[in-house]
Amino acid sequence: MALSASQLNVGDSYSEQIVDDLTRTQIVQYAGASGDYNPVHTDEKFVTEVAGYPTVFAHGMLTMGMTGRMVTNYVGDGRLTYYGVRFTSQVWPGDTLTAKAEVADIRDEDGQKLVDLTITTTNQDDRPVLTGQATARLDN
Amino acid sequence: MAVERFPVEASHILMFARSIGDTNPIYSDPEYAAGTEVGSIIAPPTFAQSSAQFDPDYFLRPKPDKKWFGSGRTASGTLVRDLSEADGDDVADEREDDKQSGAAAGGLHAEQHFTYHRHLKPGDMLHTVTYDGERWEKQSKRAGILKFSEAVTEYRDEDDELVITAKGVGVVTEKVIDN
Repeated sequence: MALSASQLNVGDSYSEQIVDDLTRTQIVQYAGASGDYNPVHTDEKFVTEVAGYPTVFAHGMLTMGMTGRMVTNYVGDGRLTYYGVRFTSQVWPGDTLTAKAEVADIRDEDGQKLVDLTITTTNQDDRPVLTGQATARLDN
Repeated sequence: MAVERFPVEASHILMFARSIGDTNPIYSDPEYAAGTEVGSIIAPPTFAQSSAQFDPDYFLRPKPDKKWFGSGRTASGTLVRDLSEADGDDVADEREDDKQSGAAAGGLHAEQHFTYHRHLKPGDMLHTVTYDGERWEKQSKRAGILKFSEAVTEYRDEDDELVITAKGVGVVTEKVIDN
């Protein structure tokens, strides 16, 4: 269901836990679906011995995809006109992530009501792993 | 990095939605989708990135006739792990620099932006045009010098109408970020 401009206020927010105890298998699943087989995400031997990281880590785009699920659950399907993020910290196997959207602005563009959202996804230590914005079409 | 043919297919959308843990029937159930505002299955907002599957030269996919930089018999098929295996000191130093910078992994993804002119649906046949955007450097306490580079990708349909504009920012760090 889409949101209505008349029932929405700046400062309103919505959040979801988007993953509990992220598994290496889900990272592999994302590699297969997206086609990004960078071994830093799936290859323990490469990532520890060659790339120098403590273990594999999630694709930024996996976090953006899971966060996008929270956004579309909030604004409705097919309503987004913009979705953009910055990856601020890495996401590791075992992480539990919570994504939150907050209404930053409600505006009118050529007769179409739009909502601007500020998005933050944090891990179990309250550290932001992703920050961003989204814009979606609203009903009146 | 242009993709000449990116066919948007229902089974790919299903697999992609599963991989991000999204069970919304709008991504898998044509009967449900027919009764919604959008009227058909659509793709999740970040699906366009999987056009990499249709880029014949995509460098993050192993190819049967080429050495792969991930592990096999050794920790990497193309990068020297043990410095004693290197041919000379210069090479060894370079490789060690690569390891420290994360350059061995082709850098990290710093930002991604999508502007939707409409949403993707099964049956779309897209092609992409990619061009380089800005480049800049930044000093960071945690990772040393950060080198950013931007790429803009336009996803266009068979009528050459713009469907999605994507902007990606990559970063190569001087030191490994491990926290």
